[in-house]
Order: sequence, then structure tokens, then C-alpha cells
Amino acid sequence: MQTVFSVGIDALAYGMVLFVISIGLSVTMGLMRVVNLAHGAFAMIGGYIASYATQTLGFGYGVAILVAVVGTIIIAIPVERFLYRRIYGAPELTQVLMTIGITFCVIGIANYVFGPTLKTIPLPEALRGPVDLGFRSIAAHKLFAIACGVAVAGALWFLIEKTSFGVKLRASVDNAAMAASLGVRTKIVYAVSFAVAVGLAAFGGIVGAELLPIEPYYALRYMVTFLVVVSVGGAGSIPGALLACLLLGAIDTSGRYLLPEYGEFFFYLAVIAIVCVFPRGLLGRSK
Amino acid sequence: MKKSVLAALAVLALSSAAFADTIKVGVVGPFSGPFAIQGKNFKAGIDAYMALNGSKVGDNDIEIVYRDLPAADPAQSKALAQELVVKEGVQYLAGFYFTPDAMAVTPLLEQANVPLVVMNAATSAIVTKSPLVVRTSFTTWQTSAPMAKVAKERGVKKVITVVSDYGPGIDSENAFKTTFTAEGGEVVDSVRMPLSTNDFSPIMQRVKDSGADAVFAFLPSGPTTLGFVKAYNENGLAKAGVQFLAPGDLTQESDLPALGQAAEGLLTTFHYAVSHDSAENKKFVEAAHKAIGNPAELSFPSVGAYDGMHVIYKMIEATGGKQDAQKAVDAVKGLAWESPRGPVSIDPETRHMTQNIYLREVAKAADGTYYNKEIATFEKQGDPGLAAAK
Repeated sequence: MQTVFSVGIDALAYGMVLFVISIGLSVTMGLMRVVNLAHGAFAMIGGYIASYATQTLGFGYGVAILVAVVGTIIIAIPVERFLYRRIYGAPELTQVLMTIGITFCVIGIANYVFGPTLKTIPLPEALRGPVDLGFRSIAAHKLFAIACGVAVAGALWFLIEKTSFGVKLRASVDNAAMAASLGVRTKIVYAVSFAVAVGLAAFGGIVGAELLPIEPYYALRYMVTFLVVVSVGGAGSIPGALLACLLLGAIDTSGRYLLPEYGEFFFYLAVIAIVCVFPRGLLGRSK
Repeated sequence: MKKSVLAALAVLALSSAAFADTIKVGVVGPFSGPFAIQGKNFKAGIDAYMALNGSKVGDNDIEIVYRDLPAADPAQSKALAQELVVKEGVQYLAGFYFTPDAMAVTPLLEQANVPLVVMNAATSAIVTKSPLVVRTSFTTWQTSAPMAKVAKERGVKKVITVVSDYGPGIDSENAFKTTFTAEGGEVVDSVRMPLSTNDFSPIMQRVKDSGADAVFAFLPSGPTTLGFVKAYNENGLAKAGVQFLAPGDLTQESDLPALGQAAEGLLTTFHYAVSHDSAENKKFVEAAHKAIGNPAELSFPSVGAYDGMHVIYKMIEATGGKQDAQKAVDAVKGLAWESPRGPVSIDPETRHMTQNIYLREVAKAADGTYYNKEIATFEKQGDPGLAAAK
């Protein structure tokens, strides 16, 4: 019984880390209809900035997160203005080619500037070391990641469903021309949502850095995982992404506990089954 | 008139160049991509050797021709080797980080009349594939087996092995199991985990549930090692007194800054630590630091490359620069010298290196950085892997 609880907590933590990193991609793919394969690259940029801010500049963890999120958004603004704006509404193949190209450029630059070694983001004292839950000990930063996941999910849901910005965003996505004629400045709406998505990527990159360490090939190494979460959850659906992360986290973690020899067999088996039954993802919107 | 003088000079210049031969050495390794740091170490080792010993053997100039092979890819490896031999006219092939890449080249050697000096690839069987293969690195068996003796000495009775599910991981598991069982220990469970594992908490739960006194682990160096070592600490295994045993791939020097405090006290067995205390190593590290640029990136493949160059220089010396692969290989059989890692020799039977294996503990230096501190030596270890395969 204790083991079941123990594995359950691991699954929850892993799922939440996945959620924080992948949710930004769900926003770009589902709401903005851009297949953004460079999502991992932005997460990695966030991680590198945070690592640089803590290790070299000596900032605290909280400040570093802020600096990294803002810094990544600043880097992303010209990229959005000059590259992404050309591919809004373009065929998916064009989007894939453009964003994978950006990914390779970012990998090359990161390798050149920061070198091929692993970069860490030192945690503050409070998040370091294990916390005793009574029946087992768990890393404090995992509890932090769970809290971040819950906070991000809540804030995003509120932003999209309850604010006037959310209304404008949904309107621009459903029918850009009509929204524009009603006075919604769609370009700005798109730019802001892109910035939010990139900021979430950077945030996820930092919070998840303990599980997915920052190195130049980060951007490619975990791309499939992010895409799987979005396609299983249903692009653009926040509850869907949350559900997908928890489900996949549980399957992956218990699979690894019980039958590690099978590798990711059960993970992908579940993905195939879910996508067969729900072609648009668990809670995806039909077009 | 002027023109004809120039022409004569040009002819002279060309023909005089032909007197002293340039001997080319083709080096294949991962110089870009995810494993670029290991290729960088190859190059640093080679550069260090040439900086300390000159780029000439007798009258012959030595030229290194590098070819990039970013990830394990046997077909591409063979194609690169062929190109080096046919187009570049190399007399020696060297390098090779991954076993399948080295294996793919062995069928070419005899016909090409070229010896192969393996500077890293660590599966025992490579040397049996051709009589023209010499290896100056280590084998996973060689570095894993002594750990079983350490475990026994330290009073560990029950061990769980946890390895990445691929060739070297399985080699390592077999090496430890065989030796530890022979020593009278018990391996209670063996877990093989996929290479792409990110979250190791469930594995640590398995370790805990198995009731073992120690965990023996093997993972390829790089990002996953970091997650594994952290998970070991965070899941309370260190506190519960479960010892961590592994071959030195897990605590290679270039990963230590990232592992930091989490790695402190880990026990590993390996053939080389950058911190090795000897005059030879001091000279080597100084030259290699200069060659690699960033000292934190220097780790074990550099010493394999350094000793590989030593062997190649000896081969060129013995053949006088003429291409004769068999004579070159015969000349280094039994060759013994003082390497930066300690006294080494080429076993005449297997053409693999006999060397000391060290037990190391990750310790904190006075300047706050972490390093592998050698605390015990297993002298003159051969490769138990070949014997086990028979």
C-alpha cells in the first residue's frame, strides 16, 4: 500500500512537471494554430538564462525565474515579429519546417555560447533536499513543481475563460477577419498570446530542470514528449492537457516501477489507444 | 628566364617535399552533436601528445585528419573509414567513441593494410574482430568488476543492479554480477531501464523495496546521470544507508560541476581520474587544458587518445614510416610505458590495455569544486570480459 502511494506521488509530480512545460505548446497549437516545434527551444533558453542569472550573476532563485521568463519573452519578440508572423495560418508543413529550423539554430547557438556541458539552476535552501511525508521522503522541488502546475492551470483557465482578453483571443482564433472588423486588434492579441506561451515555456524549462536538465539538445530530446501531451490532451484545452499529463505520468511512472524492461512501451501504447478513441485528444474541440 | 627559374624552383620544392613523408592518421569521433564533448576530449588528448612530443617521428611529419561521426552509426563509420583510407591515404585509423562504429571498421583493416587504434569504444569483443586492432581505453568489464570486490570488502551482502538497457549497461551488469557472485555476494534484483528515462523516482522505489544494502548502477555519462544521482539522494536512499556503487562513467569530470553536492561521497571504479597524482599526469593535464580551452570539460576520453597517439608514434618508429600494418601492431605487443593514468602495457594476446583500476570517491576540493579522489588501487588489471565470453 505504501508503495502504491509512493509511486502515486511520483506520478503526480512527474505529470505536473510535464504539464508546466507542455501547456505553452498547447496554447500555441490549439489557440493560435501554429505547430510550434521550437517550443522546447524556448524552454531551453529560459533554463539557460536562469542558470546564467543564478550561477554567474548570483541572483536568487525567484529573481532568476522572473529574469528568465522576461528575458525569453524579449528574445521571442523579434522572432515572432519577423518569423512567426509569416506562418500564422500557413499550411502545417511550412510551420513545421520553419520551427524545426529555428530549433536547430537555437541548438547551435546554445552549443557555441554555453558549451556542450550540463547547466544546473541551483535551488534555494527551502527547495533543496527531501521533505518527509510520513510514509516516504520526496524532493521539495517536486512539491514546488506540483504547486506551480496547479497555479499555472488556474491562472490560464481564468485568463482564457473569464477575462476580456480571453474573449478576444478566442474570437480572433475562431474567425480572425470577423474579430478584426469588430475592432479586436488581432495582431496584438496574437503577439500577446505568443509571449504568454513562450513565457510559460521558459517557466516550465526552469521548474522542470531538475528532471529534464538543461543542455543544448534539450530542444530536440523532449520534443516528442511535449507533442504527445498536447495531442493526447487535445490542443488548446487546459483541462485536457492537465488530464493528459496526469494520466501519462501515472502510466509512465507505474510502468517504470513494475516493468522497467519494457521501456516506454506502455506509455506509447496508451498514447495510441487514446488517440484512436479520441482523435482530437481527450478534451479537444472539434473544428 | 625568370619563368624557367621559378619553374625549376617549383619542381625542386615539390620533389624535396617527397623525401620526408607525411604520414596521415585518420581519427573518427563525435566532434559535433550531443556527444561533441567526448570528441573534443579526443582532440585535446591528441593535441596534448603532439605538443609534448612534437609532430615528427624520425623524418616523417605526422598529420591528423579528423572525420566527424556525431552519433553511433556503423554504416557511416565504415564509409568514413573507407574514404580516409582511399582518398586521404591514411596509414593509421584511430578514435571511435562507440562500439558499433569500431566494429564496422574492423573488416576493412586487413585489405587496407591499416592498423586501428581504438581510443574509447569499450566492449570487450572489438579486439577479437581483427588482429590489427589495438585498444588504449578500457572495457566496461575491466572497470566494473573491481567494484564487486570493493562491495565485498565493505561488507555489502545484497546488491541490486540498475543499468541502462543497452550494450555497455548489460556488460556492466554481467561483469558485476559474475564477480560479486563469485565473491559470495548476492544480487537480489537486476533492473534494466530504457535509455530515455527522465524520472528515476520509481526506480529508486524498486531499489528501496528490494531491501539491498547497495545499488550498483551504470548509465551513459550525460544528462540522465544527473537525474539518477539526484533521485538517489532525494528519495532518501543515501540516508537509509543504501550505498551507491558504479563505474566511473557516472562521475566523469565534465559532469561533476553539474552533479555538485549530490555526487559527494559516491564510490566509483575507473581507469583514470584527472586528479591522478603523478608527474606524467601533471604534464598531460597542463597540455590538455591548453588544448581543450575550458578545463572543466577535460575527462577520460582524452587520456585514451593521448595513449593512442603514443602507440601510433611507436608503430611509426618501428616501421620507419612504411605502411606495414602487421609489423606495426607486432611492434607494440607487450609495449609498456608510464601513462598519465599510471603504468600501462599492451597485452600481447588481446592487444588490449593492462592497467591499474582505481577506486575513487567524489570529494570536495579546497576551492569548492568537486573531483574524483583516488583512494585505492587495483594493480595491473586485464580484461575479464574476454575470458568470460569464452
